[in-house]
Amino acid sequence: MITDTAPQSSPAPDDDFLGGDTGKLGDRVFHGLSLGAAALILATLAAVATFLFKEGLPTFTGDKSELDNTESFVSYVGPLVFGTIYISALALLIATPIAIAVALYISHYSPKKLSHTLGYFIDILAAIPSVVYGIWGIGVLAPILSRSLYPWLDDHAGFLPFFGSDVNVSTSGRTMLTVAIVLAVMILPIITAISREVFLQTPRLHEEASLALGATRWEVIRQAVLPYGRSGVISGAMLGLGRALGETMAVAIILSPADGYFWNVITNSNSNTIAANIALQFPESSGLEVNRLIATGLVLFIITFGVNAIARKIANAGFSGADG
Amino acid sequence: MTLAAEHQPESDTESPTNDNDRITSGSLAGRGMFAIVGASFVIGALSWLPSGSINWARWVIVTLLVYVAGTYAVARIVESPRQATDRLATAIVTSAFALVLLPLISVVWTVVDKGSNRFDWQFYSETMRGVVGEGGGAYHGIVGTLIITGLTTLFAVPFGLFTAIYLVEYGGNGRFARAVTGLVDVMTGIPSIVAGLFAYALFVLIDGPGHRSGLAGAIALTLLMTPVVVRASEEMLRLVPNELREASYALGVPKWKTIAKIVLPTAIAGILTGVVLAIARVIGETAPLLVTAGLAQGTNWNPLDGRMTTLPVYTYQAYKFPTLPPSASIDRAWAAALTLVIIVAVLFTTARILSSILKPQGLK
Amino acid sequence: MNRSARLITPHLINPHQSTQTPTIQNGEAHMTDSLRDTATPTAQSAAVDLNAPVDLPNRIDVTDLNIFYGDFQAVEGVSMTINPRSITALIGPSGCGKSTFLRSLNRMHEVIHGAYVQGSVVINGHDLYGPGVDPVAVRRKIGMVFQRPNPFPTMSIADNVLAGKRLNSRRMSKPDAAELVEKSLRGANLWNEVKDRLDKPGSSLSGGQQQRLCIARAIAVSPDVLLMDEPCSALDPISTLAIEELMLDLKRSYNIVIVTHNMQQAARVSDRTGFFNIKGTGKPGKLIEMDATEKIFSNPGEQETQDYITGRFG
Repeated sequence: MITDTAPQSSPAPDDDFLGGDTGKLGDRVFHGLSLGAAALILATLAAVATFLFKEGLPTFTGDKSELDNTESFVSYVGPLVFGTIYISALALLIATPIAIAVALYISHYSPKKLSHTLGYFIDILAAIPSVVYGIWGIGVLAPILSRSLYPWLDDHAGFLPFFGSDVNVSTSGRTMLTVAIVLAVMILPIITAISREVFLQTPRLHEEASLALGATRWEVIRQAVLPYGRSGVISGAMLGLGRALGETMAVAIILSPADGYFWNVITNSNSNTIAANIALQFPESSGLEVNRLIATGLVLFIITFGVNAIARKIANAGFSGADG
Repeated sequence: MTLAAEHQPESDTESPTNDNDRITSGSLAGRGMFAIVGASFVIGALSWLPSGSINWARWVIVTLLVYVAGTYAVARIVESPRQATDRLATAIVTSAFALVLLPLISVVWTVVDKGSNRFDWQFYSETMRGVVGEGGGAYHGIVGTLIITGLTTLFAVPFGLFTAIYLVEYGGNGRFARAVTGLVDVMTGIPSIVAGLFAYALFVLIDGPGHRSGLAGAIALTLLMTPVVVRASEEMLRLVPNELREASYALGVPKWKTIAKIVLPTAIAGILTGVVLAIARVIGETAPLLVTAGLAQGTNWNPLDGRMTTLPVYTYQAYKFPTLPPSASIDRAWAAALTLVIIVAVLFTTARILSSILKPQGLK
Repeated sequence: MNRSARLITPHLINPHQSTQTPTIQNGEAHMTDSLRDTATPTAQSAAVDLNAPVDLPNRIDVTDLNIFYGDFQAVEGVSMTINPRSITALIGPSGCGKSTFLRSLNRMHEVIHGAYVQGSVVINGHDLYGPGVDPVAVRRKIGMVFQRPNPFPTMSIADNVLAGKRLNSRRMSKPDAAELVEKSLRGANLWNEVKDRLDKPGSSLSGGQQQRLCIARAIAVSPDVLLMDEPCSALDPISTLAIEELMLDLKRSYNIVIVTHNMQQAARVSDRTGFFNIKGTGKPGKLIEMDATEKIFSNPGEQETQDYITGRFG
C-alpha cells in the first residue's frame, strides 16, 4: 500500500537497508598510512640515535693511530663543549633582553595596525639563511667591531677576564664575541615570537585592573604582563639557546678557532664549537676521524636534547599554571 | 640647552603642589617628544663629524642613547618621576626595536650591494667546471638546490601531513599519539649538522665510507623539514571546527573521505603556507649538505650518485676557501647569497599570498 | 505559560509565507495531498491514539538503551517507540542525556572515543547496533541537523547540497545534479531565496538560511529519518519560525526527532514529547515519561514533568 514516502526515489526499505559501500577499505588504507607515518617518526628517531651511536662507537674501540692526535676523546671534545656552551650563553645573554623589549614593543607599544607587519619583519630575520649571516658577520660586522668596540672594551673593561688586556685584541674581529652577536641576531626572532605570543595572551582583566589603579603603561607591564609571560619568555629563551647550540655555518665562517679553553672573547684565541668543528673537519676527514666527529655530534645532540626538554618543561608548567 | 627653552612654557603651567593632588600634570606630548628625537639625531650626527666620514652605525647608536637618556631627564623635570620611568621604558623598548632593524637592514643592503657585482646572466648559466680565476657561475648550485629541496619536499610533506592527520584525527589522547607528539618536539630540536651526520652514517651503511649524494642530502633535510610540516599541519587541522566533521559523518560519509574532502580542503591554506615556510627554512641549510652532498664543480642531475653542489654550500666554499684572485670568488659568494635571499623572499611572499587567497571565506 | 504554549497548535502558525513557497502549512492540505495516504496520522487527527505504534516503515523501536562514555553512563534504560511521519520532541534540562540519546539513534555519539551502548534500536527489522552494522550506513539512512548551522566553508551552496551524494562517490550527470539541488532546496524552503546564487559560498547566507541549507543537505541523501539537535537554538525568532514551518512540512515524508530546550517549540511542532531528567551530576539521564504532546503539556503523568514544564524545576 505505502511504498516510498521520501521525496527522492530511494528504494523501499528492504534487506539492503543498511547495505552499500561504506568506505571500509579506504578507511583502512587512510588509517594505515597515517599510523605508518606516525610510527615512522618513532623509527626515524630511533635510527638517528642508533646510527650516531654505531658510527661514533669506534672512537673508543678503534685503532688510535688513524688519528692525527691521539689525545683522549674527553680532552678532544672538552674545549668544544666549553666553546659551544660559552658562545651560546653569551648569545642568549645579548639576545634575551633585546628580544623581550622588541616583543613588548610589538605587543604593547606599536600601533595596532602596524604590529602584524612589524612581526613580519622579525620573522624575515629568522628566515635569512645562516650562511648569509656568516658571510655578513665576517665581511661587515667583524671589521666594524674590531675597529670600534673591541679596542674600547680592551681599554675600559680590561679588568674583566672576558676582555683582559694581557693578550692582543683581535684585529680581524673573528672572535667569540662577534660570533655571539651574530648568533644573538639569529636567535632573537625565536625568543621574540614566543614572548610576543604570551604577552598578547595576558588576560585583559589583569591589565585593566592595573590600569584602574592609575598605573602607567610601564607599571601595567611590570605588574601584569611580565609576571604572566615569564615562563613563556624563559621557554622561548631556552629554545633560542637550543638553536644557538646547534648553529654551524655562522660559527664556522666567522670564528678563528684554536684548541683550548679561552675566557677572553675578543682575542685571536677562541674555543671552537662542536657543530662548527664538524663542518670544518668533516670534508677533510677519513677513517676514525669521521667516527670521532660523529661521536662529538652525538654529544651535541644530547646537550640540545637536554636544553629543549627543559624548555618544554618550563613552558608546560607555566601554561597549565596560567590556565588554572 | 635649547631643549630646556623649548619646554619652558609647559613647565610654567605646573604648580609646585603635591604630586598626588593633581589630575592634570605637565606633559611631554607631541612637540616636546619631537624636539627630543630631533636633538638626539643632531647630537648623533655630531658624534661622527670629527672623524670626517659618515659612520651610520655610530650615528644610530648615539642617537638612540641620547634619546633614551634625554627623554628620561626631561620627563623627570617636566613631569613626575613615575611618568619619567614610563617614558624611559617606552624609549628603551622603541630603541630596542630600532636597534634590531639595524642588522636586518645591514644584511639586506650588503647582500644586494655586494651580490649585484655578479648578478649577471653568466652567473646563472655557467658552472665552475674548468673555471680558474674570474667568470664562472652557480648554475650547478641552483640545479642542486632545486633537486635536493624538491626531493626533501616530496619526502617531508606526505610524511609530515600524514603524521599530523594521525595526531589530530586518529590518535586522540592515546599514549602512542602523546609519544609521537613528544618525539616530534625532539626532532624539531635536532641540530642540522647532526641530521647531516645521521644521513651520512645511514648511507655509509649502504654504500661504504665517503659516500656523497644528493639523496643523502635530501634525507638529512627531510629530518629537519618533517617536524616543521607536522607542527604547521597539526595546528591547522585542529582549527577545523568539529562541527564540519560531524556534518560530514551525519551524511554517511566515511571517515577517510571526511578527512580528505572536508577537513583537508578547509585547512589547505594554512597547511600550504606552513609547507612553503618550511621549504624556505631548509633551502638555506648548509651544514647538513656539506657532510652529505658535498661540493662539485659541474652540474650533477643524478641525486643517487656523486657529489651535488647546492647554493648555500657554494656560498660557503667560495667565501671561506676563495680561489685566486679572491675577489672573484668572494663576488660569486655574495651573488649566490643574493640568489638565496631572493628565493627565500619569494617563498615568504608566496606563503603570504597563498594564505590570503586560499582561505575559505566561511572561516575567520 | 505552558498553557498558552499548548494552545499554539501547528495549523495556527501564521502561514503567510505559503503564498511564496510551494509548501502547505495546514492540516487540511495534508489530507488533500494526493500523493499521501489519507490515513497518515497527523497532529490534527486527534481521534488517533498517538501513542499506539504505527505499522509503517521507518518506525524506530528503542528497547532498554544504556549509553556509556567509557566508565560514565550518560543514559539509562530508555525504551520508546518513535512513529514515522510525525515529529517527536525530546525535552529536559541541560545534561539530561537527551542529545546523547538523539545522537545514539544514528550512532553519531560514537565520534567520541570510548562510547558504547547496550540495548537495541530497531528500524525496519534492523538493529542499528547489530553485529556487522556499519555506522556509516546507518547515518545514510538517518540524517542529522545540528545546533549550529555548519555548511562546508569550502563549498558553494549547490555543492553543499550535493556533498553527501558526491562524497559517497555516486557519479551524477549534470542535469541529475541540478535536479537534486533544486528538489532538496525546495524541500528545505530555500530554493526561491538562493536559486540565483547557487555558486556562492554557503557561508554567504544568513544563519537561518544556512540552517535550511543544512536541512537541504541532509535530505539530499534521501534519509528515512531526520534527527534535529536543537536546530533553532542559534537562530533569531523569524528564522526559527521558518524552520518550524519546514519541519511540519517535512514530517509528511520523514520521521523527525527533535531535541529542544524551547518548550513552546516542542508544543508548537511535535506530536509526541518525551521528557528526560537527571537525578544529579554524574548520574545517568532517564526518560521520565513520553506521551502525546498535548497531554505532556496539559496533564503530565509525572510530578517531575509537571515541575519542569511549569518552570518550577531547579
